[in-house]
Amino acid sequence: MSEISQAQPDYNYKVVRQFTIMTIVWGIVGMGLGVFIAAQLFAPALNFDIPYLTFSRLRPLHTNAVIFAFGGCALFATSYYIVQRTSQVRLFSDKLAAFTFWGWQAVIVLAIITLPMGLTTSKEYAELEWPIDILIALVWTAYVINFFGTLVIRKVSHIYVANWFLGAFMLTVLVLHIGNSMAIPVAFGKSYSLYAGAVDAMMQWWYGHNAVGFFLTAGFLGMMYYFVPKQAGRPVYSYRLSIVHFWALISLYIWAGPHHLHYTALPDWTQSLGMVMSIILFVPSWGGMINGIMTLSGAWHKLRTDPVLRFLIVSLSFYGMSTFEGPMMAIKTVNALSHYTDWTIGHVHSGALGWVAMVSIGSIYHLIPILFGQRAMYSTSLVNVHFWLATIGVVLYIVAMWMSGVLQGLMWRAVNADGTLTYSFVESLEASKPFYVVRFIGGLFVVAGMLIMAYNTYKTVRAPKGSIAADPATQPA
Amino acid sequence: MTMFWTIWISVITLGLIIGCYFLLRWCLGNHTGVAEGESMGHEFDGIEEINNPLPKWWTILFYITIVWGVIYLALYPGLGSWQGLWGWKSSNQNIQSLEESRQARIDAKEQGLIVEYDRELDFAAEKFDPIFEAYAQVPVEELAKDPEALKVGQRLFLQNCSQCHGSDARGQAGGFPNLTDDDWLYGGSGEKIKETLMMGRQAAMPAWLDAMGEQGIDEVVAYVLSLSGRDVDAELAAAGKPRFAACAACHGADGKGNQAMGAPNLTDNIWLYGGSKRAVTETLYYGRNGVMPSFKNTLGEDKIHVVASYVYSLSN
Repeated sequence: MSEISQAQPDYNYKVVRQFTIMTIVWGIVGMGLGVFIAAQLFAPALNFDIPYLTFSRLRPLHTNAVIFAFGGCALFATSYYIVQRTSQVRLFSDKLAAFTFWGWQAVIVLAIITLPMGLTTSKEYAELEWPIDILIALVWTAYVINFFGTLVIRKVSHIYVANWFLGAFMLTVLVLHIGNSMAIPVAFGKSYSLYAGAVDAMMQWWYGHNAVGFFLTAGFLGMMYYFVPKQAGRPVYSYRLSIVHFWALISLYIWAGPHHLHYTALPDWTQSLGMVMSIILFVPSWGGMINGIMTLSGAWHKLRTDPVLRFLIVSLSFYGMSTFEGPMMAIKTVNALSHYTDWTIGHVHSGALGWVAMVSIGSIYHLIPILFGQRAMYSTSLVNVHFWLATIGVVLYIVAMWMSGVLQGLMWRAVNADGTLTYSFVESLEASKPFYVVRFIGGLFVVAGMLIMAYNTYKTVRAPKGSIAADPATQPA
Repeated sequence: MTMFWTIWISVITLGLIIGCYFLLRWCLGNHTGVAEGESMGHEFDGIEEINNPLPKWWTILFYITIVWGVIYLALYPGLGSWQGLWGWKSSNQNIQSLEESRQARIDAKEQGLIVEYDRELDFAAEKFDPIFEAYAQVPVEELAKDPEALKVGQRLFLQNCSQCHGSDARGQAGGFPNLTDDDWLYGGSGEKIKETLMMGRQAAMPAWLDAMGEQGIDEVVAYVLSLSGRDVDAELAAAGKPRFAACAACHGADGKGNQAMGAPNLTDNIWLYGGSKRAVTETLYYGRNGVMPSFKNTLGEDKIHVVASYVYSLSN
């Protein structure tokens, strides 16, 4: 690829560099927190009787840190990079870009302060209280303006498919965040949701599932659509497939929320609609996986040598697996077994660690040498070590949670000959304990990989510009 | 739900599903102006896109899910107030009371609806009720000698009672009585235990701070503690004795309590809310309102009968 010989506009790489580095930092913080609370689940004394360290307060911090801090920074970094490169123009506004960076970091720091203090709206993935919600809305609006502003002033005639997904992700997240966070403040750190009862639950999961659908899926598909063809050096497999699966995915996803509320006080008709749309959604979800993996046609041999590409392709495999598993779990009869068990946790992490984290990590390994004036990462073999740590860690994690979850589901529904339940809750908890240890070990693998990534990044950034020679393994054709 | 909302929901839902169908149909044809397998001709930062057709197996899968979705929405409730051809619902909805629930069950059966929750209840009743009906024929005290019945009773206890009374039934601090010590607030006969479980209990120890004052309560506490032979300031206790007349109305002149009112025996050194001087003082200052919930509607009389036998067996 002749990146240097091409006359390039003066891109704003500063904000991309900032977000890229913070992705790694928050990745370590968020995943480290996850490992810590995973340990608390089999060794509860690890909360040391300190309220700030209890599972109940650190769990929302873990989810916020990995989704919005790690995932969010990865999305900011890559979307700012992609929209500039595929529009052949500098960002619409450097000031707005700087505002989104510092504003987003402020949100994360405020989360780290307020969540352990116990300040929470108690809405899953939307725990932050109203003053922080307002800051998020402002930062996000600036982000949307900057992204679409850049598209408006683009120097190419078409809008690249990655930008469709990124645009859909940004706009929808803005609507979801504002819609679900509507609340009446009663104090600086306390508010009450504007919605009540089943409506509140419905709003929450409309938001909650689309945090998955738009934040963690559409956004990262945008990332995938740039970095997979780029790293493979191959054209995108099918333009027409990307049209069908884009429109079907974004229109179907928004309905899927009620499958989180099967067999609850939610009216039957909403549950049915949520289930039907979730199942149809399976097919357009796989459209993205097919398009990504088939893009490798003619370049399969690169998987043998290029660990960055391996990250990207394995992430697509996990994406395919989770998007098959999700619709299956949305079927009411399957959900009757899986709901409230560790199976859900396993499913989330096959998406979050297998798909989101791996596609981000792969993209960032692609980005860092470019952003910091090198031809390659400091060590390709460390990237490879990271790849194996991450893969083994994720597999340990999700297999442990599958087994634990199915076991819990079966134990909870087992009845004696007289109709009484065979097991008490505590017995099912005891049965899960060994799996919690395995899950913890899996988490350790993942965090160890992130630490290696941090070291590799440090060495790459600190090396004199241009001093690291190109590694033929990771060069696009 | 009004007709407006049903139409609103149906139009958007079906419109979306049919829209997906037509989108798929349209993209199956080549409308790009470029031959299949060729590059689309645009290039973004070096990335090109190929005009490949949609994978066939994927297209078929898409059709299958769309057809399945439409059939499901015809059979099941989904499109607003459309109830579905199959007459299925998860449970009777908009129920405000037990009476309404019972009536809705009868109505649903008459209309031939498939109410999943009702069906599960019927299934369980058919299978398990005879077991408990047979147990209910045996008096509580006698059933307490049947090891099989006790196992059943213990399982019910673990699932329904242990949250407050503990899995060993020894209760816990803060008003959850020990059920193994043969000290009974409302009586320990089989019938009384069953009555407690059926109807629940609502205890009311009034607050005495306003009536007696801090000094008065100090005196009464000293007297009450002396009843169970505790070391107390004799002078204070003596001053408390006449004040105890107010307490005697429920706890009796001798402080031995009254099971008809659930007034605890104060002489046996068994304390529901703690027997420290501080805990007893707090009881007198602010009163206590112990609540044992009624299980009549959750377990039903026959199951309660077996639980009562188990509880009875713990201290007999």
